Amino acid sequence: MKPVILIAMAAALPLTLGACELDRKTSTQNGYRGTGMNTVIVKSGEAAEDVPAPPYEMPDTEGPRAGDAYENVTVLSDVSVDQFNYTMAALTEWVSPEEGCNYCHNPANMASDEVYTKIVARRMLQMTRAINQNWDNHVQQTGVTCWTCHRGKNVPDEHWTLPVDQTPGIVGNRNGQNRPVSNSAYSSLPTAAVARYLLGGVPPDAQEIRVVSKTAHPSAANTLSVMESEPSYAIMMHVSQALGVNCTYCHNSQSFQSWAASNPPRETAWYGVRMVRDINLDYITPLAPIFPKNRLGEAGDPFKVNCTTCHRAQNKPLGGFPMLQSYPALRNGPIGEDMSLAPLVTPSAVPEVPVEEE
Amino acid sequence: MALLSFERKYRVRGGTLIGGDLFDFWVGPFYVGFFGVVTAISAALGTALIFYAASQGPTWNPWLISIAPPDLSYGLSLAPLNEGGFWQIITICALIAFTSWALREVEICRKLGIGYHVPVAFGVAIFAYFSLVVIRPILLGGWHFGFPYGIFSHLDWVSNTGYQYLHFHYNPAHMLAVSFFFTTTLALALHGSLVLSAVNPPKGEKVKTPEYEDTFFRDLIGYSVGTLGIHRLGLLLALNAGFWSAVCIIISGPLWTRGWPEWWTWWLDLPIWS
Repeated sequence: MKPVILIAMAAALPLTLGACELDRKTSTQNGYRGTGMNTVIVKSGEAAEDVPAPPYEMPDTEGPRAGDAYENVTVLSDVSVDQFNYTMAALTEWVSPEEGCNYCHNPANMASDEVYTKIVARRMLQMTRAINQNWDNHVQQTGVTCWTCHRGKNVPDEHWTLPVDQTPGIVGNRNGQNRPVSNSAYSSLPTAAVARYLLGGVPPDAQEIRVVSKTAHPSAANTLSVMESEPSYAIMMHVSQALGVNCTYCHNSQSFQSWAASNPPRETAWYGVRMVRDINLDYITPLAPIFPKNRLGEAGDPFKVNCTTCHRAQNKPLGGFPMLQSYPALRNGPIGEDMSLAPLVTPSAVPEVPVEEE
Repeated sequence: MALLSFERKYRVRGGTLIGGDLFDFWVGPFYVGFFGVVTAISAALGTALIFYAASQGPTWNPWLISIAPPDLSYGLSLAPLNEGGFWQIITICALIAFTSWALREVEICRKLGIGYHVPVAFGVAIFAYFSLVVIRPILLGGWHFGFPYGIFSHLDWVSNTGYQYLHFHYNPAHMLAVSFFFTTTLALALHGSLVLSAVNPPKGEKVKTPEYEDTFFRDLIGYSVGTLGIHRLGLLLALNAGFWSAVCIIISGPLWTRGWPEWWTWWLDLPIWS
């Protein structure tokens, strides 16, 4: 071979490796040996040591109740005053570390509901308790806190809003697909599958993910089409990307639909999908009238959650660290009714004990 | 099996790599040689072990028999026979058998004084198998990553391993391998049909010369690769098919862990337009 060609090939070799992942990989076995069900990943995401420590040592649960001691405490009213202040301090650190208490409270009147973020926070506290109490099929005993989604941001980085129809340009209409985005694993699959399946409610707002035709031919009772499998695949790509896993973490590709051939995490994920729908339908979407414009998507809907909001490329958020144990007020206690859209209450009295500043 | 009358003169002594004259003989039409003996022993042992391992399994259904590699927890160490050890020994037997077969081909080439093209070509096939059961498992840190020996089970392994990367058809080396496989069959079909068209005429007609073959392709596409060239081309295509198959599985895991469609984001991220 001519030296020139040899040199050119040698020079091109590093280029071929340029698009590779050279980092250290971690392997796990997902299925019986020989089935080829494995996960090989480059570890990423937040580890247990990155979880913020409690603001101070967890105080007593004895003493007067917050609902009695303070005015206009509706959700955390059943916890002790000390617990209440402790939880508020932690919550501030998780959600508004820069703005502090004033992100939700009027400093002159902590009891006032005039700042919209307080209404939202209250509903989110109800949601957190509801997740920890009613969705243990998904969150197990690890549970969630505000940090699980917020990670020190007012609005969790990972959220989604409804897509708006794009007017077809000179190059035609992409029909909501053929745009390489993370949610569809950079494939040509539909990009808004999350909106199709995770909005909550009844069809056509929220459709079943499963596309399994039970008959060979289409009929009035069986209108499933191959095309419908595309968004189904796309939402599965969202789940995979969100959890940092591949299809074989839950499924044996021998039969994706068979529960008998699937791995236990598939059941956890099944509940997770329903939990996310519940969160979006019951807790976030109804808050739309309360949010200002900059907190709404193009279609006027609030920023909603999907699998990534908590998971962030980990099969267990925060590496499975049981953060909730340090914040019992976020698990125990009555959930209460949704009062977000009730007329604003603005008590005149200044509370006796102001919430502790950080 | 009858020998052709002229064949005997090519049966010459010598050319062995190992064993000198000891195994330098024929059994019927087959040259034996040291590597013939090794091939026979390791192939027989491996096959016997497959049957023994199958007898320890749950089924004698030939479609469902599966001899699986060990659990990931065994890493790169030896596993108990029924927990992947059979797979490990069968793999060793297979590699010895395949390699000996290639070296037996080398000895025959040396006897005949011809080039080593056939053993080299077979070596590429061995390399593809070696990649699957040795190179990639070592790079990923466990014999676990080898494929199971079973008709259905190895297909399930291929399917699950493909799904680990979302869509294996987006693997660039897989693209090359598939293209070479298809092109190999295309080239072979064109070559086979062209030769038959010239040298297998109807009764009463004369056999045509290679000039007819060349002219056909010159008329058709303006170029004929020629009688020698077509064989060079065919070998090149076929070896590339096997080689890129090996590459496509070696890079899946050791050099790329995400969906293969995502690999192509390097194109979207080129500084020209990103």
